[in-house]
Amino acid sequence: MALDSKIPQGPIADKWTNYKNHIDLVNPANKRNIDVIVVGTGLAGGSAAATLAELGYNVKAFCFQDSPRRAHSIAAQGGINAAKNYQGDGDSTYRLFYDTVKGGDYRSREANVYRLAEVSANIIDQCVAQGVPFAREYGGLLDNRSFGGVLVSRTFYAAGQTGQQLLLGAYSAMNRQIGRGKIKMYNRHEMLDVVKVDGKARGIITRNLITGEIERHSAHAVVLGTGGYGNVFFLSTNAMGSNVTAAWKAHKRGAYFANPCYTQIHPTCIPVSGDHQSKLTLMSESLRNDGRIWVPKKMEDVKAIRNKTLKPTEIAEEDRDYYLERRYPAFGNLVPRDVASRAAKERCDAGYGVNATGEAVYLDFASAITRYGKEQATIKGLNLNDAALVKKLGQEVVKNKYGNLFQMYEKIVDEDPYNTPMMIYPAVHYTMGGIWVDYNLMTTVPGLYAIGEANFSDHGANRLGASALMQGLADGYFVLPYTIGDYLSNDIRTGPIPTDTKEFDEAEAEVRKNIDHLINNNGTHSVDYFHKRLGKIMWNKCGMARNAEDLKSAITEISELRAEFWKDVKVPGTANEFNEELAKAGRVADFLELGELFAKDALQREESAGGHFREEYQTSEGEAMRRKEFQYVSAWEYKGEPKDAVLHKEELEYENIQVKERSYK
Amino acid sequence: MNLTLKIWRQANANDKGKMVDYKISDVSPDMSFLEMLDVLNNELIEKGEEPVAFDHDCREGICGSCSLYINGEAHGPDRGVTTCQLHMRMFKDGDTIFIEPFRAKAFPVIKDLVVDRTAFDRIQHAGGFISVNTSGNTIDANAIPVNKENADDAFSAATCIGCGACVASCKNSSAMLFVGAKVSQFALLPQGRVEATDRVLNMVNQMDAEGFGNCTNTGACEVECPKGISLENIARMNREYLAASLKG
Repeated sequence: MALDSKIPQGPIADKWTNYKNHIDLVNPANKRNIDVIVVGTGLAGGSAAATLAELGYNVKAFCFQDSPRRAHSIAAQGGINAAKNYQGDGDSTYRLFYDTVKGGDYRSREANVYRLAEVSANIIDQCVAQGVPFAREYGGLLDNRSFGGVLVSRTFYAAGQTGQQLLLGAYSAMNRQIGRGKIKMYNRHEMLDVVKVDGKARGIITRNLITGEIERHSAHAVVLGTGGYGNVFFLSTNAMGSNVTAAWKAHKRGAYFANPCYTQIHPTCIPVSGDHQSKLTLMSESLRNDGRIWVPKKMEDVKAIRNKTLKPTEIAEEDRDYYLERRYPAFGNLVPRDVASRAAKERCDAGYGVNATGEAVYLDFASAITRYGKEQATIKGLNLNDAALVKKLGQEVVKNKYGNLFQMYEKIVDEDPYNTPMMIYPAVHYTMGGIWVDYNLMTTVPGLYAIGEANFSDHGANRLGASALMQGLADGYFVLPYTIGDYLSNDIRTGPIPTDTKEFDEAEAEVRKNIDHLINNNGTHSVDYFHKRLGKIMWNKCGMARNAEDLKSAITEISELRAEFWKDVKVPGTANEFNEELAKAGRVADFLELGELFAKDALQREESAGGHFREEYQTSEGEAMRRKEFQYVSAWEYKGEPKDAVLHKEELEYENIQVKERSYK
Repeated sequence: MNLTLKIWRQANANDKGKMVDYKISDVSPDMSFLEMLDVLNNELIEKGEEPVAFDHDCREGICGSCSLYINGEAHGPDRGVTTCQLHMRMFKDGDTIFIEPFRAKAFPVIKDLVVDRTAFDRIQHAGGFISVNTSGNTIDANAIPVNKENADDAFSAATCIGCGACVASCKNSSAMLFVGAKVSQFALLPQGRVEATDRVLNMVNQMDAEGFGNCTNTGACEVECPKGISLENIARMNREYLAASLKG
């Protein structure tokens, strides 16, 4: 099947408006006869479910957590971008569009990104109207901060809990519709297959995670807002339950999977402390507004620090290498995430890492504390030369801005970041790749949609900070509700979709077969044993730097591990009860397939772009080398085994932005 | 460290349940409490026993999934953290640790340490929202300035993660801190004032219907709350409720 991105005609600034003016609508009386399934209740799924219900559709929403409020969007820290230009610093829809395309290393679809930038400002209006308590200035207006890869302040925030506040906003909009009976909420339910009838997505099979019951649910359209697949690495900043299963089942039913190798490895996470580690914790990018990243210049200092005979605060300014400020003077500590992560890896590979494992760099707030302290002392008319006072005042300002992050750090590491620099290292955080969608956010399966992190379209090969929240809410509140109506306008006479058909029988039988296999396998090792091994292969061979040889061996190793898993995994308990190991086993089985496709995609893409860095393709200065012949989206079609997946290309055209070398120097 | 764990095991909602002893060795002080339970579960699975079921997800103290009543305290002995942020350095070699579910009539046990907290969701369905459409056709976000102090207080109330520690810690199993926080967030913002009367009445009604107890001002909830939600929110809810009742 040829890929048709369905981008509307006309100048880029008019496309979305023209599109909305010409699509088919469904009248309110008919919406009452149409059912929509939304899987996932994060920012994308939650906002979509609420808006579709409000428009009049009957929505069934599903999440595996015990409450929709616990979806992993809740953990987003730093902020949400919007081209409001409240700061008057030159922001505009075009500039947000430009920054996002450039930040994505010219691997995203122009029309989708422009639409995202266009609706961004409205998200803030919407959220404020819903009672989201964004940070404000003393005059009562909204405050902004800066994020990486841009030269304006366009990020709205609620301390270090922006995702929480936005998700609670979407959750409250859902609650209103649940209360009215327009959303039927299924918590602790996991989607295990998509059901297609006459080629269209018409339902899903789920497992009730409390009773183990396998259920059939039908609808006229199915929306996946099921997040990313970073947990294929085992260790990531994702929640323990975050998984690829819904997206992968959709892929197996005909949805192409795009750019699986585009993974964001976030530069500022708390380093790994030992083999027992179950997940990694992010320290928000917003910290790079005020934190300076460095390692010692001299190897003897590095050694002394590792032996604990020297403290970082004892190293003189001139003996510190602020390597981001040195290499990228224009953007300094606020270079995009892919650039910052690779630079940290470069220093640590060269031997300058500052913890026992040699995999950590410093993020230091001392200068910011002094700067803020002096500012406060000036405002209050106090003595600027009293160092202790200045430090105290400065620490208060920093506490107001990042208090919860500092507390998280202290609890995990047992060190006080107000008085000693934080230690950080890159970790897997977000996946730009995902299910291929057209301009309507529809996958290659008619009636099956993918929104938020689950799709691929807006962030190219690297996502800018504070843009994930923007995209999730844009898709759910403002884009999907229009585009899905155009599709559903053909379903006003269809009537309810029955579930006692052979298509549902077959899908359910397959789900039961898989579960029976896992539960009766009686192998020797737990699910985590396999998941950890998969994670090690992914991190060592498909991580921050990749090469053909490693990727080839990763493909073989993952495929062997998958065979071993199916032969030797041990799942305790039964299928008809609360059984977390069984749920995990199903998720890891899918990661073991996705992982191989990931490596295959990374091997096929013989260039470096954004989060995908191939050692063979770099400039003499060690920067990513993009290649014109790879200016396309890789969309993979499922053909049985990951190794047999067939590549389809969507060529990317840039008519409104000049493609050039991506420089932050 | 080597530890003895006394853990509540209950096969399902209808089972009677009991405490069971487990030994665990080589626990690193850098492990989180849940990572220690992961190690125990892996050992149990490889021995052919049933692992201990507990709720958890983000493991960074924000999703509110994890619970656990550890040595008689919700989220354990540390302050200002959830169980997933509790580290083993808070314990000593040779310690015996009691691990139980959050107990309350309104939070029935599903399995082992997993409880059903959907009562909290139902309270929110009753009024935990502002009735605006999500069309984006509202007014500009800066059209109504909000006093910074109120905005900050609304934010502080809104940082509640809905974990239920307040209920588990309260001798009356009261949910007043949770409901008070939600009522306060909206009551403090101009956007939320419009429906303030109905909201507080409906949410309190639902809270009572779910079987949560009343508040007798003991303050255990505030002490045990991992997010430091203030008792002031309960006082504010009481004022809102009184005013709404007089109006109604």
